[in-house]
Amino acid sequence: MSVLLFTIIVLAGAFLAGLVGSLTGLGGGVIIIPLLTLGLGVDIHYAIGASIISVIATSSGSAAAYVKEGITNIRIGMFLEIATTISAVLGAIVTVYINPSYIAVLFGSILLFSAAMMVRKKVDHSDDNSTGMLANLFKLNGSYPTAAGTVKYGVHNVVGGFLMMFVAGIISGLLGIGSGALKVIAMDNIMRLPFKVSTTTSNFMMGVTAAASAIVYLHRGQIDPGIAMPVTLGVLTGATVGSKLLVKMNTDKLKIVFAVVVTFLALQMIYNGLAGKL
Amino acid sequence: MKEIGKHYLADKDIQVILGTLLRVGVIASMAIVFVGAVIYLIVYHNDTVDYHKFDPKKTEYSSISAIFQGLSKLDSKAIIQFGTVLLIFTPVTRIVFSIFSFLIERDYLYVLIGLFVLCIILISLSNKLVG
Repeated sequence: MSVLLFTIIVLAGAFLAGLVGSLTGLGGGVIIIPLLTLGLGVDIHYAIGASIISVIATSSGSAAAYVKEGITNIRIGMFLEIATTISAVLGAIVTVYINPSYIAVLFGSILLFSAAMMVRKKVDHSDDNSTGMLANLFKLNGSYPTAAGTVKYGVHNVVGGFLMMFVAGIISGLLGIGSGALKVIAMDNIMRLPFKVSTTTSNFMMGVTAAASAIVYLHRGQIDPGIAMPVTLGVLTGATVGSKLLVKMNTDKLKIVFAVVVTFLALQMIYNGLAGKL
Repeated sequence: MKEIGKHYLADKDIQVILGTLLRVGVIASMAIVFVGAVIYLIVYHNDTVDYHKFDPKKTEYSSISAIFQGLSKLDSKAIIQFGTVLLIFTPVTRIVFSIFSFLIERDYLYVLIGLFVLCIILISLSNKLVG
């Protein structure tokens, strides 16, 4: 395949990945990796390197928009980044020593999990019980303004959230994705943060965590300009268009259709991984 | 109570500035990647791609110093990598910014936490990690 054709195909695929990823909240990386590996026969290590760059682009690019609609708890973000950056660097270091088949199977499993999380109805578990010892020690409890006045929230199970974030960081470093679904579990379900706080804080952390593993990938030569270029440009453009569309459309049906597509991709990844074809 | 409100406003201001800063970082680095992409396609469009097997030796620009050397020759791949590296460092400015705002608030615990996170990222800059 010529460089020109390859660039055009990846650019188009990455645009779609970014568009659908931002409409469904799943992120671009989870679709771009199967496209590159299953569709174009690219080695999974290159796909991972390109994907992490697109994670940084979308997370930093949408930060400005997120600031308007929610409020990032910088302390929670910074505190949990201790876990995610250490584990992301570790994940990025070991990923190249792991058999690509195992990576494909792990990727497929995370994909299945993310699809399930996407269609599941989200429940806000937050309350203003701020008696947690660690939450007080690290000043994690906070408040945010609403039309009805300031709402306070308390942070629960700091240790559990921290450990879950460590897992999310490892997965992010191993697979080159944002691990959004795992971060949601840690923040919404374990630490019981309100949505307004968890989405923006998770976005804040995503860029920093991805940067930590991206530098490791760069040094190892996993970030090839010929792949990273069309992936980043495509995903970012798609995500930008997606965030404009998101305001106007109802994405419930799209999410279900997309969950089916993602499930199919996930099974393909697992099958190809087990068959040793990747 | 008032104290919290004030903090919140200051935080929000910093957030807005930071959000804009990040966006500028993304746009600037993407513009550089785009320029590199145009030159890259003009020069290499007829070459055959081969990404079937990961080979660390094949990527020429895998360190910051190599990228700068390539830049001085105006090599298209080096320009793309330079844009990519700028993009990687965009979220890191967010940490640096936050450390300063914690310093202003005299929250030294979080100055330390911020510095620790920054250190991990700087350690990842060392080539030794990838063997």
